Amino acid sequence: MQSDSLTFIFLNTVLANNFVLAMFLGLCPFLGVSGKLNTAVPMGIATMFVMLVSSVCAFAINKVLVALDIEFLRLIAYIAIIASAVQLVEMGLKKYSPSLFRSLGIFLPLITTNCAILGLALFQTFKEYNFSQSLVYAIGAGTGFFLAIALMAGLREKLLLSSLPSVTQGAALSLMLGGLLSLTFMGFAGLGSL
Amino acid sequence: MSQRKSDPRITWDSFAEGLWKNNPVFVMLLGMCPVLAVTNSAMNALAMGLATTFVLVASGYLVSLLSRFIPRQVRIATYIVIIATFVTIIDYVIQAISLDLYNSLGAFIQLIVVNCIILGRAEAYASKHSPLKSVVNALGMGAGFTFALLCLGSVRELLGAGALFGFDLFGAQFQPWIVMVLPPGGFLVLGAWLLLFDWLKQRREQKQLAISGEQTNAV
Repeated sequence: MQSDSLTFIFLNTVLANNFVLAMFLGLCPFLGVSGKLNTAVPMGIATMFVMLVSSVCAFAINKVLVALDIEFLRLIAYIAIIASAVQLVEMGLKKYSPSLFRSLGIFLPLITTNCAILGLALFQTFKEYNFSQSLVYAIGAGTGFFLAIALMAGLREKLLLSSLPSVTQGAALSLMLGGLLSLTFMGFAGLGSL
Repeated sequence: MSQRKSDPRITWDSFAEGLWKNNPVFVMLLGMCPVLAVTNSAMNALAMGLATTFVLVASGYLVSLLSRFIPRQVRIATYIVIIATFVTIIDYVIQAISLDLYNSLGAFIQLIVVNCIILGRAEAYASKHSPLKSVVNALGMGAGFTFALLCLGSVRELLGAGALFGFDLFGAQFQPWIVMVLPPGGFLVLGAWLLLFDWLKQRREQKQLAISGEQTNAV
């Protein structure tokens, strides 16, 4: 498989270079919202959607910045785009699906400071992907995030039922679990490359 | 500004808060992404810590100066733009000082923008305190963050490469634990540090409980 084919980009970002477990992006929601499966799943889907929207917008704005020769403004422009994309998603959800809007609550605006999304926009610029490649890259990254947070939530729900020493409860346990998950995903390393 | 606290004094506490009691990494669990991603060597950890400290201090100062002029509704957006400006500056500075360092830190310098510590301090502290006090507090937070990064970076480099700051420590026969410099190592080492701190805290609490128990018995 060629390293710029769409299938390769997708598999590579979902499994071998999973945004959360191999590149450490978006750890705050990964550790914070993964307590229960039925909050983790909507969070994953919302993040996926914002990734898609902001990836498309970032691709367009980068073209403008390059054309005007003001690339040093890239970071500021991207952040502004992501913040407005999140705002847009929030308004759309509020209008068309109030129940989902309520169940996501505070996590929705917090997607702005999810580094996976800014990371996605920056990486697709560094790798000089064209439009369809960036689109697939965004879908892959979103799927990877969804996979990681859903797996983590499932594991943590199971752990609630087991008896653990009192010291290990809390953040330390989540991190150890993340370590094991990350170790598992390293098994996919042969599938792709950076 | 009714929000501005009446106590303008700068105490040791406004610095030391970030160092230990409210350490951004070990206690508040903020800004985890750079903490885990760039700590595969002590040198990277130090550079990342210093860069974050610079952005913390500079944005804290500016936010505190401007806080009375920023309308409440758009304050978060304004803070983000201020932070992004300083991050762009430090990004170019690191690129100019050492290209090797820049390449090994990769996109994580630019990702300082979305480090929750910085936005969190701007919102929770700098916008409510005097400029000087915010700078002192930001310095403390930055020192605490750098300290935590160094804790992780040195352990991971020591176990994963048998070296510290690039100097070989154990000689040629040392078998490095490669997994420690790979992604899972980051999770495991931070988990181990948190376990250690939790254990120490629990032991101290039990000791205090035992002492107070003895006192009540004696009475």
